[in-house]
Amino acid sequence: MGSDDGFIEIIDVTKAFGPADRRVYALGGVAATIRRGEFFTLLGPSGCGKTTLLRLIAGFELPTSGEIRLDGQEIGHLPPFRRPVNTVFQNYALFPHMTVAQNIGFGLEMLGKPKADIAATVERMLALVKMTDLAGRRTDQLSGGQQQRVALARALAPQPKVLLLDEPLSALDLKLRKEMQVELKRIQLETGITFIFVTHDQEEALTMSDRIAVMSGGKILQIGTPREIYAHPTNRFVADFIGETNFIRARVQGGKAIVGGEVEVPLPAAPAQGEVTLAIRPEHLRLVAKGTAGALTATVGDAVYFGTDSHVHLTLGDGTGIVVRQQTDPDGREGPAPGSVLGVSFPPAAVQVLED
Amino acid sequence: MASRTFTASRLPGFATVAIVVFIALYMPIAMLMIYSFNAGDSIAIWDGFSFQWYERAWENEKVKEVTIRSLVIAGSAATISTVAATMAALATTRKKPFRGQTGIYVAINQPLMVPEIVTAVALLIFFAAIKVATGYQGLGYLILAHSAFCIPFAYLPIRARLEGMDLTLETAAADLYATPWWTFRRVTLPLLAPGIVAGMMLAFVTSLDDVVITLFVKSAGQDTLPTYLLAQIRRQVTGEVNAISTVLLALTVILLTTFFLLTRKRS
Ligand SMILES: Nc1ncnc2c1ncn2[C@@H]1O[C@H](COP(=O)(O)OP(=O)(O)O)[C@@H](O)[C@H]1O
Ligand SMILES: [Mg+2]
Repeated sequence: MGSDDGFIEIIDVTKAFGPADRRVYALGGVAATIRRGEFFTLLGPSGCGKTTLLRLIAGFELPTSGEIRLDGQEIGHLPPFRRPVNTVFQNYALFPHMTVAQNIGFGLEMLGKPKADIAATVERMLALVKMTDLAGRRTDQLSGGQQQRVALARALAPQPKVLLLDEPLSALDLKLRKEMQVELKRIQLETGITFIFVTHDQEEALTMSDRIAVMSGGKILQIGTPREIYAHPTNRFVADFIGETNFIRARVQGGKAIVGGEVEVPLPAAPAQGEVTLAIRPEHLRLVAKGTAGALTATVGDAVYFGTDSHVHLTLGDGTGIVVRQQTDPDGREGPAPGSVLGVSFPPAAVQVLED
Repeated sequence: MASRTFTASRLPGFATVAIVVFIALYMPIAMLMIYSFNAGDSIAIWDGFSFQWYERAWENEKVKEVTIRSLVIAGSAATISTVAATMAALATTRKKPFRGQTGIYVAINQPLMVPEIVTAVALLIFFAAIKVATGYQGLGYLILAHSAFCIPFAYLPIRARLEGMDLTLETAAADLYATPWWTFRRVTLPLLAPGIVAGMMLAFVTSLDDVVITLFVKSAGQDTLPTYLLAQIRRQVTGEVNAISTVLLALTVILLTTFFLLTRKRS
């Protein structure tokens, strides 16, 4: 096995629930390779199978088919207590009858570590999550943010090869969530442990991850760095789910996409003849004078002002609605008048051709 | 009017009925307690305050004997029924609903539904056959019978506690390298403990108080406190019976109050 890729290999994993005659596939054939030390995020809307995939890696569920390998060893059929993998649960799941320190030491105790080692590790973990003062507290006397830290310390204490985090920040308010995002990232870098992080929040995924797997309907649609996913979505769902996107239909002819019968866009890998959907981010579109070469003709609808920028809604000749994001003018001039006809231009590199 | 809810306390005569029932429930008990402190021999004429009946009961060797027997039976039956009820509760709440689950509920709660006298007669006949076959005459029959009818009383608070328990705690323990046995020892059992203690107390009180089944099942010379009291009253009612009953009442109230506090504490 290589040391940097193939640390965790998820190979054609499916998971079905329910009796044989009414099977529901929560995961329908998922494959992914996660690298050692990576901050890997599963991103997707509620119900897409993120938790199920995490539970399969943790061992709380067994796959219907497929394999899960960790460091070259098949672990997909081991019980959870035999996997060097720990979980931070969405509701924290702290033991209410134990103190903070006892919670953190639990995993090491179950592994049969000597008392002195446990005490030392607990001490280190408390310092890592900045909870040293509260070691003797009962967990029901802690705030949500503090419980979160204890849950994290408890999962990190046995030094797992992989840490799984299921929407760990979703119960926190916005300010605390931002703080914990930074904390999590710091802790991941300090410990060097591979994190698999689940969220439905695209912004959270983009800011924290080394790589993201975008999921929908029990499948992984695309895996890539935040930049790749944002700049080069390969799929309509991904383009739509991550950030805002304009979708424009185009006809393919001679290796070029022809938009609205007027503008030709060279395509990097020309598909066969037919129609394709192009995705262009609102911030890559520019409003120019009507009739400018290479610009689409569009009629201005309304504009929404956001302070630093504004979103101008326009309609193309064929009725497609598009949005252009414009930086606000320093001199505070009004945007384009509704009803006026303008050109919309874009650099060819900003165009993504989607498989849909 | 549709929006007005039915309020029983507005019915005519409600207050009268309430007072009559209240008197019927508590007056006799109050009288029993008061006359346990009577200095005279009568149980109807107040003759001044004394502890004489308590002293006499305390010195009565027979009372001592039947009290110890009652405590042995109640203690054993409470322990056995609580262990059985804990296992039954784990088996009926921890699994996904399975075929025949309703049947198991019915089986566990059978003593609450079958008339006690029927159970008593059935046990009498059944144990008689065993006594003949084995020759064993000991307390085992009483303990076994009490254990059986105490199970539903132990089962209910344990099951309530289990149902209120967060299952992800057990998942978390497994995640942290605890085998199923250690998960049970270190997480399930400690969290279940208040329910188990409550169930045990309820079972203990139920056993301590039983007359019907004990009367039918006991061999000669195996009187328990309640059957002894019954036999005493048939002969001659003395203040000793009042004193013993008052102590029994106090013990039951203490146990049931503890039970109440245990089950009321946050789940
Ligand atoms: N134990 C289960 N039994 C039946 N269906 C389940 C079970 N767990 C999950 N599912 C179904 O699998 C799908 C994916 O669920 P989940 O993995 O929880 O999604 P996510 O975490 O992305 O919101 C959902 O449709 C859900 O209803
Ligand atoms: Mg989920």
